[in-house]
Amino acid sequence: MSLILILEQILNGLQFGVMLFLMAAGLTLVFGVMGLINLAHGALYMVGAFAAAAVAGLTGSFVLALIASLAAAAAAGALVEVTVIRRLYDRDHLDQVLATFALILIFSEGTRWIFGSFPLFLDVPDYLSGPVTLPGGIKYPLYRLAIIVIGLVVGAGLFWLIARTRIGIQIRAGEADREMIAALGVDISKLYTLVFALGAALAGLAGALVGAIQSVQVGMGEPVLILAFVVIVIGGIGSIKGALVGALLVGLTDTLGGIFLPRLFTLMMEPAQAASLGASLASMLIYILMAAVLLVRPSGLFGGSA
Amino acid sequence: MGRERLFNLAVILALLAVPLLALALDEPFVITLATKVAILALAGVGLNIALGLGGLVSLGHAAFFGIGGYAMGILAAHAQNYEPLFSWPFLFEGSNQMPLIWLVAVLASAAAALVIGALSLRTSGVYFIMITLAFGQMLYYFAISWSAYGGEDGLSIWVRNEMPGLNTLIPIQFFGVCFALLCGALLFSARLAGSGFGLALSAARQTEERVETVGLQPFKLRLVAFVISGAITGLAGALFADLNRFVSPTMLSWHTSGEIMIFVILGGVGRLYGPVVGAAVYILLEHLLGGISEYWQIFLGLLLLGMVLFARGGLIGALLGREVAHD
Amino acid sequence: MKMLKSFAMMTAVATAVSTLALAAQAETKIGMITTLSGGGAGLGVDVRDGFMLAIEAAGRDDIEVVIEDDQRKPESAVQIADRMIQSEKVDIMTGIIWSNLAMAVVPAATAQDVFYLSPNAGPSVLAGKRCHKNYFNVAWQNDNLHEAAGAYANDAGLKNSFILAPNYPAGKDALTGYKRMYGGELAGEIYTKLGQTDYAAEIAQIRASGADSVYFFLPGGMGISFLKQYADSGVDLPIVGPAFSFDQGILQAVGAAALGIKNTSQWNKDLDNAANIAFVADFQAKYGRLPSLYASQGFDTANLILSALDKTDVSDQDAFRSALEAADFDSVRGDFKFGPNHHPVQNIYVREVIQEGDVFTNKIIATGLTNHADAYAPECKM
Repeated sequence: MSLILILEQILNGLQFGVMLFLMAAGLTLVFGVMGLINLAHGALYMVGAFAAAAVAGLTGSFVLALIASLAAAAAAGALVEVTVIRRLYDRDHLDQVLATFALILIFSEGTRWIFGSFPLFLDVPDYLSGPVTLPGGIKYPLYRLAIIVIGLVVGAGLFWLIARTRIGIQIRAGEADREMIAALGVDISKLYTLVFALGAALAGLAGALVGAIQSVQVGMGEPVLILAFVVIVIGGIGSIKGALVGALLVGLTDTLGGIFLPRLFTLMMEPAQAASLGASLASMLIYILMAAVLLVRPSGLFGGSA
Repeated sequence: MGRERLFNLAVILALLAVPLLALALDEPFVITLATKVAILALAGVGLNIALGLGGLVSLGHAAFFGIGGYAMGILAAHAQNYEPLFSWPFLFEGSNQMPLIWLVAVLASAAAALVIGALSLRTSGVYFIMITLAFGQMLYYFAISWSAYGGEDGLSIWVRNEMPGLNTLIPIQFFGVCFALLCGALLFSARLAGSGFGLALSAARQTEERVETVGLQPFKLRLVAFVISGAITGLAGALFADLNRFVSPTMLSWHTSGEIMIFVILGGVGRLYGPVVGAAVYILLEHLLGGISEYWQIFLGLLLLGMVLFARGGLIGALLGREVAHD
Repeated sequence: MKMLKSFAMMTAVATAVSTLALAAQAETKIGMITTLSGGGAGLGVDVRDGFMLAIEAAGRDDIEVVIEDDQRKPESAVQIADRMIQSEKVDIMTGIIWSNLAMAVVPAATAQDVFYLSPNAGPSVLAGKRCHKNYFNVAWQNDNLHEAAGAYANDAGLKNSFILAPNYPAGKDALTGYKRMYGGELAGEIYTKLGQTDYAAEIAQIRASGADSVYFFLPGGMGISFLKQYADSGVDLPIVGPAFSFDQGILQAVGAAALGIKNTSQWNKDLDNAANIAFVADFQAKYGRLPSLYASQGFDTANLILSALDKTDVSDQDAFRSALEAADFDSVRGDFKFGPNHHPVQNIYVREVIQEGDVFTNKIIATGLTNHADAYAPECKM
C-alpha cells in the first residue's frame, strides 16, 4: 500500500470527521445549554438535504440550495422548539427520548408524504466537481476539500461565537447555571430557541453538503444521528471542543479501520473470508472505541459531569 | 392501591378473554395479535425492572431481545438441519424443546447483560443511555455480517418449537404458553419491587447517598437489576422468534429498543402493568392506523407526542391518577 | 369487542355471499405484502402499481387483491402473512421485495398450501435445496443479473475487475454470481458496510488498484451515493452493474453521473414486443411516470396469474400449478418460460444509461446471456 493511498485515506477520514462535527456541534450545544437529548436531530439533517435538493432543482444554484438548507432547517428547528421541545426541558431524559423519537416518525413520514418515496437529485456544482492534484501527486475530489474547508470555517465561527460574542457569553452562562442566567435578565426562552435553531441549521447544512455526494432520501439522518451521538459521548457531552476531537477521531477510525482491518486479516486467511471478517469488525470499531473511552473516562474526553 | 389492583386485574383478564373470544369466533389472527401483545409486554416487563425500578434508561434492550431470539434460532436451526452445534465435551445437536431454549436464552442474555451492565453502569445519565445504545448497535452490526447464521437475511425455522404436552402450532396453545410466562414475570416483578432488594434499588434511584450510608453499594444493586431485566427481555426475544418462526438482526436494531421503551412509557413507567397496557395499545394502534393510511406512522408519532406532553405518567397515570408515581 | 363482533359478522355475510357466488364462479383472493413505507418504499410502490395495472385491465370482478405494507420488517411480513392465510384465506400470495423477507414468509406460506409468486427477490435457497412446488419466481434468481454482468465483462474484453458489494448475504451472492461467469483477474474484492453512504475510501482503493473496470452491487441509496462520488473522483474506469442501481426510479437521483454505464437487466422499456409497448404506454398514461424494472415484474406476475386463472380455478391446485408452469402469457420481456425449479429461463440484456430530453433512462445494446437458467436448479428436488 502506497503512502499516497494512506494520505488520501486520512483526508477521507478528515472529511467524514468534519461532516460529523457539523452534526455533533448542534447536538452537544443543545444538550449543554438546555440539557436535552434530541433524537430528532437527524430529521433536521434530512430537512436540510431535501430543502437543498428542492431549491437546486428549481433554481439550479448550489449556493441558493445551501442557503435554503440553512433556512429550512433553522425554521423547522425553531418551530419544533416552540411547539414541542420547550415543554421538555424540565422533563427527565426518558420523556425527551420518547418525544423526539415521535418527532422522527412525524418528520420521516411527513417528508415522504410531501416528496414521495423516491430519492431526490442533488449534485455537486460544476465549479466544484472533479478532482484536483494536491502537492505530492494526490488526486482528490475538489468538493470533498471544500467540505473540509467549509466545516473548519463553520467550526472556527462557532468557537468565535461562543468565546467572543454576547450570545456566546449567555450560552456559556446557561451551561454553567441555568437559574443564574434568568436572574441576570436574559430572555431565556428566546436564547433557547436561538440555540436550537442554530444547531438545526448546522445539521441542515451538513445534510445539504453531504446530500450532493450521497443519496437524498427519507431516513438518511438516522445512521448519521447515531454516529453523532457516539461523537459527543466520546468528546464529552456539552463540549464543542470535545465534539470536534470526537468527530475527527470517529471519522478517522471508521475510514482507516475499514481499509486496514481487512488487509490485516489477509495476512492470516484467504482474501474473501478476510474481506468479510475485516468488514464485520470494522463496522463495530467505533462502538468499541466509544466503550473503551467511556471505560477510561466515564464522562468523555472533555466532559464535566453529566 | 385498590383501584390500580382492580384495573390490573381487568387488563390481564381482557388479554386472556380476547383470544378466547377469537377462538370461539374463529378469528385465528386475533389470537396471533394477542400473543404478540403478551410477548412484547413481557419484554417491557423486563425493561421496566431496569427503567422503572432502577431508573436506568437503557436504549439498548434490543440487544437482549435479539440474543434471546438468536438463542432460539441457532438451537432450532441446528436441530432441524441435524448439524451438531458442538461435539465437545459432549455431542449437542441443538434443540427444538422450548424449555431448554428458554433456559439458554435467559442464561445467554443474562450473561450479556452482566458484561454490558458492568461496563455501562460506570457511567450515568445521558452517557448511560448512549453507551447502551452503542452496545446494541455493536451486536446489530455483528449479526448482520455473521453469515453462519444468515446475516441480514436472518434464520427461518420451518416449524415452531415444541413444548412437552402441547401442540404449539395451534395458536391458542402457544398463546397460553406466552400468557403464562407473562403472568409469571408480572408476579415475580411485583415480588421483586416489594422485596428488600427492590426497596433498596428504588431508594438508590432517588437518593444514592441514602443507600450508601446504610452500607449498600448502588452499583451492585443496579447491576443485579440490569441482569434480571436483560434476562426477562431475552426470554421474550426467544418467544418472539418462535411466534414468527424467524429471527433476524432487525430484532437487535435501535428501533426495537425504542419500541420496547415506548411500551413501558406508554403504559406508565414503574407501573407494574404499564408494559401490558402499553404493548396492547401500541399493537392495536399499529393494526388500526395501518389500515387507514400508508402514512400511519405520522399519526403514531403525533399520538406518542401528545402522550408525552399531556398525559404524564402514561395511560395508566392518565386513567388512575398519579397515586404511586415517583419522580 | 364490538368491532371484533361486527367484523366477524361481516366475514360471515361475506362467506355466505361468496358461497352463493361459488355456483357461478369462485372468488380468487390474492394477498400482496410489499414495502410501501420507509426507505425502500419506491420498489414496493412500483411492484404494486405494475401488478394492479394488469389486474384492472383484466376487468374481472372475481379477483380480490388485498395489499399490505410490510415496512421492510421481516417480523411484520410474517405476521401479515399469517393473517392473510389464517383469517383472510388467500389463495395466492405475492409482492415481497427483499430476500430476507421472502425467506421469512415463503416457506411457511407454501407449506400451508398457498401459492407464492415472487415479483422480485430470488434467494438461492428457494431456487435450490428449499424449492417448493407452490413457489414460483417471476423475476430472476438473485445471481442472474450478476452472472450476465460477468459474461458481459468477458465479451467486452475486461481482464482485471475490481468488485464490491455490501457485507450481507445478497452482496456475497452478487459477487459469487459475477465470478461464476467472469474469466479475468480480480484487482480487488471489497465488502462494504450495509447502508454505508460514503465510498471515498473504497474509491481511493480502486484508484490505487490498477484495475481496468469496476463491478458493484449496491442497491438503493448506497448505489446513488457510490455513483455520484465515483463520478466526482476523477477515476474513469468503466463501470458495470446490475439493473438495480440504474433503474427508472433511482436514475433521476443519480443524474449525469450514470450516463454511459452498462448494466444488466432482463427487461427494458425499449424491448420491441407488443405487450411491452402497450405496457409502457398504459403505465405512463395511468401513473404519469415511466415504468421501472420492478413495475414490469409486478405486471408480469399479475398476467401470469390471470393466464392460469383463465384456464382453471385456483382451488384445483394441481391444474392451477400446471397452468402456471406453462407460463402461457404475453410477457413484457418477450420469451419467458419456467425451468424445472419454477424460476425463469430468460434472456438477460446489457443496457446503457442514456438521456432522453430531461429524463435519464436505458437502452439495450447487447444480449448478455441467452435463455439463461440459474445455477441452483440441479439442487432442487421437487
